[in-house]
Amino acid sequence: MDLKSVLFDLCRADGVSGDETSAASVALRELKKFTDEAFSDDFGNVFAKIDNKKNKTILLDAHIDQVGFIVNYITDEGFLKFSPVGGIDKRLLPATKVEVLTADGKLEGVITSCPPHLSKDSDKAPSYDELYIDVGLGKDEATAKIPLGSRVLFKAEPMTLLGDRVSSRALDDRAGVATILRALELVGTSSEYNIDVAFSCQEETGESGAKMLSFKSDCDLAIAVDVSFAYSQGEDKEKCGEMGKGAMIGIAPSLSKDFSNALIRLAKENNLPYQLEVMSSQTGTDADAIVVSKGGVKSVTLSIPLKYMHTPVEVVSLSDIENTALLISEFLKAGELL
Amino acid sequence: MMRLLSELCLLNGISGDESRVREYIIRQIEGFCEYKVDNLGNIIAFKKGELTPGKRILVSAHMDEVGFIVNYINDDGNLKISSVGGIEATAALGKRVLVGESEISGVIGSVAVHNLSKEEREKSPSISALCVDIGAENKEEAEKFVNLGDSVCFEPDFQEIGNGKILSKAIDDRFGCAVMIKLLQCELKYDTYFTFVVQEETGLRGAKVAAYTVNPDVAVVLEATTASDIPGADNEKKVCVQGNGPVVSFMDRSTIYSRELYKLAFDTAKDIGIPCQTKTMIAGGNDAGAIHTTRGGVKTIAVSLPCRYIHSPSGVADVRDIESSYKLVKEMLQRI
Repeated sequence: MDLKSVLFDLCRADGVSGDETSAASVALRELKKFTDEAFSDDFGNVFAKIDNKKNKTILLDAHIDQVGFIVNYITDEGFLKFSPVGGIDKRLLPATKVEVLTADGKLEGVITSCPPHLSKDSDKAPSYDELYIDVGLGKDEATAKIPLGSRVLFKAEPMTLLGDRVSSRALDDRAGVATILRALELVGTSSEYNIDVAFSCQEETGESGAKMLSFKSDCDLAIAVDVSFAYSQGEDKEKCGEMGKGAMIGIAPSLSKDFSNALIRLAKENNLPYQLEVMSSQTGTDADAIVVSKGGVKSVTLSIPLKYMHTPVEVVSLSDIENTALLISEFLKAGELL
Repeated sequence: MMRLLSELCLLNGISGDESRVREYIIRQIEGFCEYKVDNLGNIIAFKKGELTPGKRILVSAHMDEVGFIVNYINDDGNLKISSVGGIEATAALGKRVLVGESEISGVIGSVAVHNLSKEEREKSPSISALCVDIGAENKEEAEKFVNLGDSVCFEPDFQEIGNGKILSKAIDDRFGCAVMIKLLQCELKYDTYFTFVVQEETGLRGAKVAAYTVNPDVAVVLEATTASDIPGADNEKKVCVQGNGPVVSFMDRSTIYSRELYKLAFDTAKDIGIPCQTKTMIAGGNDAGAIHTTRGGVKTIAVSLPCRYIHSPSGVADVRDIESSYKLVKEMLQRI
């Protein structure tokens, strides 16, 4: 597969938490290239079973949703009042271009920006109370076209930066979805595990999809593929991985230490770059839900280093996706490491 | 008019680097007038009318837009930038830009919200804290593509939105340029000078020298001005309202406008049946500030387009205001 083109297709699709249908359909289309047993459900989840007639089943999970906004009121002037869906830095919202999703298609708009002559204290970040979406419509037209509850996305066509770095909205976690698709391609028919694939909805608002899908799965093991912080200016090096240095293998009390160690060993044996991501309690990913599903699942996280998380200009390196996919496929081929 | 405006808005030309805009304008006006390009890069055009008036008339708009300039490259390959013209840091954070002659794509990144302290989340960053990430792995790689002093523009993207609105960067002041091109392409009643000037955003420099050269008696400046007719802004703080027509102000921070021309503008608007409004705050400024004090003084008026979110990648203007501004200026030029 052309990794970049699949990733860009995934990022172009719309999938704010709770309204993932469009992103789910693109992910399902790609997943069906590897198995006929792939389905989407009414929640926006995508689930697949690849039965390789093996003893153990592994669940590969990435979340399909992305951060965005939800319209909760329309003012007399026709401006949209909105709330964040997932954690978003409000400091960057002024003058940000957005797309409002309606039943009849997308409406383009922009988040209002308070001109300097009106800001009382120029140092203070704007609050959600004073930000609106301007779609260029009066109240009647806006009310007719935009039902309350409509989702809003950052407008950001995926683009290529220098080298193998790309920037887009929603790389969190379409990069994870692309990683799993690539791993399935790499492993081909050589997996020593049965594979369940979960592209889970509503991670950003509390891992709901992962709860549903890990219940549906009879897995013994699970890898949650998500993104994590890559170091960039202003970040704390201690809390970050490095872009271009490979998969971040998670180590945390809630994760399986054996699983983490097996992946580290495998990375060394295969000369794959890797780095460690040490977390002191929960992981903040779908793994938190999967670990405690049913009678418990031995889980680990693999994270793609990503800069500027939850902004319209997230950045990842394609080599990190490829190397993470390679590590997963080596694990699937090796079998019985755990 | 909308085709002209969209093509102009899609061009990149921060103050001091207006050549792309200048070349485009010259292609549009070639054959319709006499023109020259002066030492600072202003286009000074002269259009013969049916009559030669006793007064020398000047119409002026600026070609430059706000943006940034690269002033340092960090070891990690990120570009440090300074603003060219007034830009709020929040309007730049999380936005996409183009860097240098070859228009390399970049993003103005931001620390992940997860890693900001409560205090940091409530405080706007300063421009000096912003960096452009072009995907370079380190300083050496960045230096292959970027030089210090390179221009940084907001990524262009012209859209029609909603009910007769446009969304774009650089409406300030490509609007004025578009109106002047359109005027140059028609027959005019009186001989008129048109100046497309550089460096308004950094201190009205182009207009100062162009007005000296033209030596006008009367000047009409075409501009875009702040409209903050957004929820939460009360009464006079809206400054002006979109859809209510061109803005003609009596005073701003750089100019006290000619009473005579102010009255002429409103009378003309009334006569031809278009809306016209004044600014409800003494705020902002434009090239009129430099032009009205040129030589022995020039009677000056500004006709401005109400523009929301001005000086950002995403200004919004109303197409009806654009059309009525053009009509007003065209008619005023017959009456001056």
